Amino acid sequence: MKRLDAGRSHPVTFRLNGRERTGHAEPRLLLSDFLRHDMGLTGTHVGCEHGVCGACTVLIDGHACRACLTLAVQVDGRDVETVENLAEDGVLNDLQQAFRRHHALQCGFCTAGILMSCTDFLARNPRPREADVRDMLTGHLCRCTGYTGIVRAIVEVAEQRSGSTTEENEHV
Amino acid sequence: MATATQESTTSALGERQTRLEDDALLRGLGQYADDLATTPGTLQAAVLRSPHAHARLVALDAGEALAMPGVHAVLTGADVQRWAAPLPVGVRQPMEHWCLAVDRVRYVGEPVAVVVADSRYLAEDALDAIRADYEVLDAVVATEAAVAGDAPVLHEAVGSNVVNDRSFSYGEPDRAFREAARHVSLKIDYPRNSCTPIECYVVVARYDPADGGYDVAANFQGPFALHSVMARALKVSGAGLRLRTPPDSGGSFGIKQGVLSYVVLMALAARKAGAPVKWVEDRLEHLQAASSATNRVTTIEAAVAEDGRIQGLRYDQLDDCGAYLRAPEPATFYRMHGTLTGAYAVRNLAVRNRVVLTNKTPSGLNRGFGGPQVYFALERLVQHVAVELGLDPLTVILRNLIPADAFPYRAPAGSLLDSGNYHAAVELARTGGGLQELEERRAAARAAGRYYGIGFAAVVEPSISNMGYITTAMTPEERRRAGPKNGAVSTATLTVDPLGSVSVQIASVPQGQGHRTAAAQVVADVLGVPREAVSVHVALDTGKDAWSIASGNYSSRFAGAVAGAVHKAATRARDRLARIAAAQMGADPGDLVFADGRIHDRNDPARSLSFHRAAGAVHWSPGLLPEDEPGGLRETAFWSPPELAAPDDDDRINSSLCYGFVFDYCGVDIDPVTGRVTLDRYVTTHDAGRLLNPDLVDGQIRGGFAQAVGAALYEELAYGDDGSFRSGTLADYLIPTAAEVPEPVILHQETPSPFTPLGAKGVGEGNNMSTPVCIANAVADALGQRDIRLPLTPSRVREMIGITESEPPAAHAAPSIEAPAGGSTLRATGVVELEADADTVYHAMLDPGVLSRIIPGCHALEQDGDNAYRADVTVGVGLIKARFEARVSLTDLDPPHALRLNGAGSSAVGTAEGGAAVRLSPREGGGTQLAYDYQAAVTGKVASVGARMLQGASRVVVDQIFARLRQEVDGPGASAGDRAWGRRFRAWLLRLLGRGGAP
Amino acid sequence: MKPAPFDYVRATTRDEVLTLLAEGSEQVRVLAGGQSLMAVLNMRFAQPGLLVDITAVEELRRIERRGDTLVVGAAVRQAELLAWPGLAETVPLVARALPWVGHYQTRNRGTIGGSLVHADPSAELPLCLATLGGSVVLESRRRRRTVPADDFFQGVLTTAREPDEVLTEVHLPVARPGSRFGFREVAMRHGDFALVALAAEVRGDEAWLGVGGVADRPVVRRMKPGAALADDLDALAWELGGEDDGHASARYRRQLVRELGYTLLTETAP
Repeated sequence: MKRLDAGRSHPVTFRLNGRERTGHAEPRLLLSDFLRHDMGLTGTHVGCEHGVCGACTVLIDGHACRACLTLAVQVDGRDVETVENLAEDGVLNDLQQAFRRHHALQCGFCTAGILMSCTDFLARNPRPREADVRDMLTGHLCRCTGYTGIVRAIVEVAEQRSGSTTEENEHV
Repeated sequence: MATATQESTTSALGERQTRLEDDALLRGLGQYADDLATTPGTLQAAVLRSPHAHARLVALDAGEALAMPGVHAVLTGADVQRWAAPLPVGVRQPMEHWCLAVDRVRYVGEPVAVVVADSRYLAEDALDAIRADYEVLDAVVATEAAVAGDAPVLHEAVGSNVVNDRSFSYGEPDRAFREAARHVSLKIDYPRNSCTPIECYVVVARYDPADGGYDVAANFQGPFALHSVMARALKVSGAGLRLRTPPDSGGSFGIKQGVLSYVVLMALAARKAGAPVKWVEDRLEHLQAASSATNRVTTIEAAVAEDGRIQGLRYDQLDDCGAYLRAPEPATFYRMHGTLTGAYAVRNLAVRNRVVLTNKTPSGLNRGFGGPQVYFALERLVQHVAVELGLDPLTVILRNLIPADAFPYRAPAGSLLDSGNYHAAVELARTGGGLQELEERRAAARAAGRYYGIGFAAVVEPSISNMGYITTAMTPEERRRAGPKNGAVSTATLTVDPLGSVSVQIASVPQGQGHRTAAAQVVADVLGVPREAVSVHVALDTGKDAWSIASGNYSSRFAGAVAGAVHKAATRARDRLARIAAAQMGADPGDLVFADGRIHDRNDPARSLSFHRAAGAVHWSPGLLPEDEPGGLRETAFWSPPELAAPDDDDRINSSLCYGFVFDYCGVDIDPVTGRVTLDRYVTTHDAGRLLNPDLVDGQIRGGFAQAVGAALYEELAYGDDGSFRSGTLADYLIPTAAEVPEPVILHQETPSPFTPLGAKGVGEGNNMSTPVCIANAVADALGQRDIRLPLTPSRVREMIGITESEPPAAHAAPSIEAPAGGSTLRATGVVELEADADTVYHAMLDPGVLSRIIPGCHALEQDGDNAYRADVTVGVGLIKARFEARVSLTDLDPPHALRLNGAGSSAVGTAEGGAAVRLSPREGGGTQLAYDYQAAVTGKVASVGARMLQGASRVVVDQIFARLRQEVDGPGASAGDRAWGRRFRAWLLRLLGRGGAP
Repeated sequence: MKPAPFDYVRATTRDEVLTLLAEGSEQVRVLAGGQSLMAVLNMRFAQPGLLVDITAVEELRRIERRGDTLVVGAAVRQAELLAWPGLAETVPLVARALPWVGHYQTRNRGTIGGSLVHADPSAELPLCLATLGGSVVLESRRRRRTVPADDFFQGVLTTAREPDEVLTEVHLPVARPGSRFGFREVAMRHGDFALVALAAEVRGDEAWLGVGGVADRPVVRRMKPGAALADDLDALAWELGGEDDGHASARYRRQLVRELGYTLLTETAP
């Protein structure tokens, strides 16, 4: 049992997007600030800092969580994944491509959080109904799109991943 | 002059295409304001804000804050008065709006001081250490109350809360009303709401002591007319404020116009700190103090013939702009002024516009700007006309719509409606959206006893604002003195570099609308190059880039105006390249076709030149160019439409260049028990002229629709009667989620605008104007109601359906007095049964020792007069705790029968003030019955965040006081189970009915 | 919106938690899922000296059936309980209500114990615990006590927990054969705190109705299906009283108790 003093920074060693990283954090430092300002990963956005908007959602040990309601020191020894980890070898993954295809984003500020929620959600719910998708999405606020494109993109990726047929709909 | 034709086989314009923006945004590589690299040594700011709606700022002591580690500076009103000027306003009134309170605060959340520290965490620590003393003044919140003669006046120098009052008459309204068969009127109270982008305000400011200039990066959205406002407030020339916007923005919808006062504030904070300063607004700050649409009270009246034809309209509008008129207000009124007759061929119009100030956050741009307020009144009226005349609402609409052969149509107040075919759009909607089916569903639902209604809304959607419309707030004489203002200049710069790459700089400051994609499509189309070969830069730098006062992102001006300027710049570049290529190819420039990255001779398909080769020549071999070709390739186009004239002497104003048409209808099903409104189907039909990219257009429509569903059903920035703010978090201000927003049926008609280069009109604000009233009309239809107030929450709708309650059983009458609706006063009564006699109880309460023990969390109690004390109190309810500096007193002493226990305290989370009237009476069989009746008011952060639980929380605290008193006088053995009246009753019921160990 | 400074301990045993609470009591806050506490800290509505994170205490992360009781460790995440295979058969009411608790993302982190200790009068889990007649275990260096839901919830955000105590276990009575359960919630939006939440258990001619969101705590009453039900619901509605707030009136809440309560009890009865 180690007591981390308020006024000092303490080492935080964790896996971030598959690599071991170490940073330093006061106990009160929020994970959202730690990722953005100390780890340099500004893809995770901050929209409310009270857990409602969902913009800061990241994966902690594979589970979608609010980074603004998590302390940096809490992820010591854990595995954290952010939006920067989704594209592989520079190629957008299927979810990202579907978001682009379906105009699932406009300003893009809420997008990273939604992508991370979907990553967790689709892993645990391979064949969701549209109602399930919308239910999961109630944990995110998007002010631009009206959600139509987001829902379509997720449903399509779920169908593709689970092997059911979907029309190819690539424009570009 | 010879021009090349554009015969691209792969014309990108008008196609559904994915967006160029998305690749970076989907990878988390966007460059939003908070992501930009900052200069080493940049400090972080936090803002101390007023907990009061109206108060004199008596004293401000930042000494303790300045002594804290990591704190560099505290900016106060005195600094601001020394270095800056009040923000200029468009209405000549002696009111001063400083970017920081100087001696008075006028709304909850008004900035009072800025702390600059090494980190935001340390800056917020220091906020808690600043002591601000206020003398609270009466606040005025209700718009109509502010107009009354006895209302507290916000700006004493103005002498009234009405800062602008203008009346207008067009045609012969009096005659129309005199002669009309019927008059139909409604009064509308349109609430405050905001489109609340998910990214809040961000400002990074630097002061250069060498040249006295400021360099500020902010997610400001324009209009850049406000750059002049900021520069003048900072007392520098235009060049003295270099304002930059980031490449990406996390949404705005008008709201980021309001960052302007924080640009000034943080520029001054940087000056004070002697270092660059960054401020990132948080969500609590944003909701309470950023900006919002105005709320408005409208009395609207129609003179109508029996067949439903509207012969005249009268508006009496009170627009509530909050505590200060912040530029460009009172634009909310005048953006819509020329269009007040909407889509209808009404020739007689009378208008009275009063701009009202109240103790609320200053208003500003918000998607739909002015439209939601106007159309809510107008379209509710049209529906009501139908009800009054026993006609179908669609019949009334069709009888009044402007006929197709009337365009361009000059509306009585001055709008020149450029093009349209409204009747055809309605027909498209009727057939394409399945109106008949909805009518059948309504009939079936009603037959089954359900509440089902159909609503309509016909809306003219203005776009590309006339920068001169705001001067309609002035009299013609005032305008003559000030000089005419008009037009709207858009700019675009196109550059072709030595490798033939094309880049475009636009001053449209997009906030997610895909301007880069659309601009690239336009350029690719003109130059015949792949879209991906065109880079579009949208980060604006007033120090380097071409811009003008109309620059920025508002009034849906991109497609109609900015894209046009891009087209113009690209066409100029193409014409130059055609002449250069023609010389090289020995062809006629008029025969050249730009396509597939090459320049072809249409007469000889074998002859062509690559685009980059021709473009390279202007840089690498200027000596070989045609004689009048100067070399280099950069074209800046400015474009301002001549139709946007200044208001004329009869106050007619063409407030916008383009006018799209939106026709909506919907069916709603209302749950008779919960009052929940479900959109069964929503059909929205748009004529936005030529569509540049239908996917982008549909995205705009869906987004606006979702926000409008929020405005109709969920969202309101609520204030208590004392001006306390009640919608402080996103759990209070309710934005619709994916479960609440259905997919609308979207239909398009394309009637090109004759006034824009591409025939396009603005799109994206229409549903913010049409949808709230369309839904309201459907609810009015379903319930047969006349007075509809937004948001249509389940509770409000159910109240309209009707709740018949029996009288409360006598047992409940006493303790359940409810807080007055909308007020922030907490009130409750209770009874405590005590063993001790009245004299003992009475004197116990006067004993400071006892007092210090019964006040929960009392650390120290110090005598401060007769029966008056200063106390240091930590008040806690559950995990919430706050330390208050409190004053406690006992007054109205009537020993041993009655007294009054008063308390007032302030803390970093807000202030609280209240009192309990205590009455002691002997109990049958010995002992005392203590009855209390308390009232309390809280304000500041705790009121804005905890509104849902305040009443219950205050009861917990009061219960604690009397429970402890009971322990004091009756001893520690006194049972807590039946200490309060209500609790005793509950315990009794529990024994009788409850689960205390039942199964 | 950044928290004030505090010390932090990631506890790994229950004993550590009890020691820290005994030493610090008033100044200590237990951090479980943090879905309410962290927001409160960010807003500086609480400024504790020490946060004791209990999410790594394995003893508090178990779900086990002991006889007629399902014992849920305080640090079990809401999503974990929802995914627990036997939930729908063991405590059907909780299985029905859990999807209404917050959102997918907050359930991933939020704990069963944390929601109960927070005692939001509109929250679903306190309502379930009260309706089922469940209890919680509170432990301190001084004692270990089992507190029935009726005694535990004492008002808005207020429970019987003493400052040095930590909630360690939640005891949910296992559904008895023949029992039927119903749950209804009316909220502004999906996932919001309830304007009114209703939970019912019907067994034979016995029925219990729990109401959240109206009074200052969840309230459970025995109801008799039959002719007098409407009158009993009316009496209950008046007893609960309710408050006006920005989202709904007290009258509205009372009316939902009457009408939805009637529907729920009727449709839950066999």
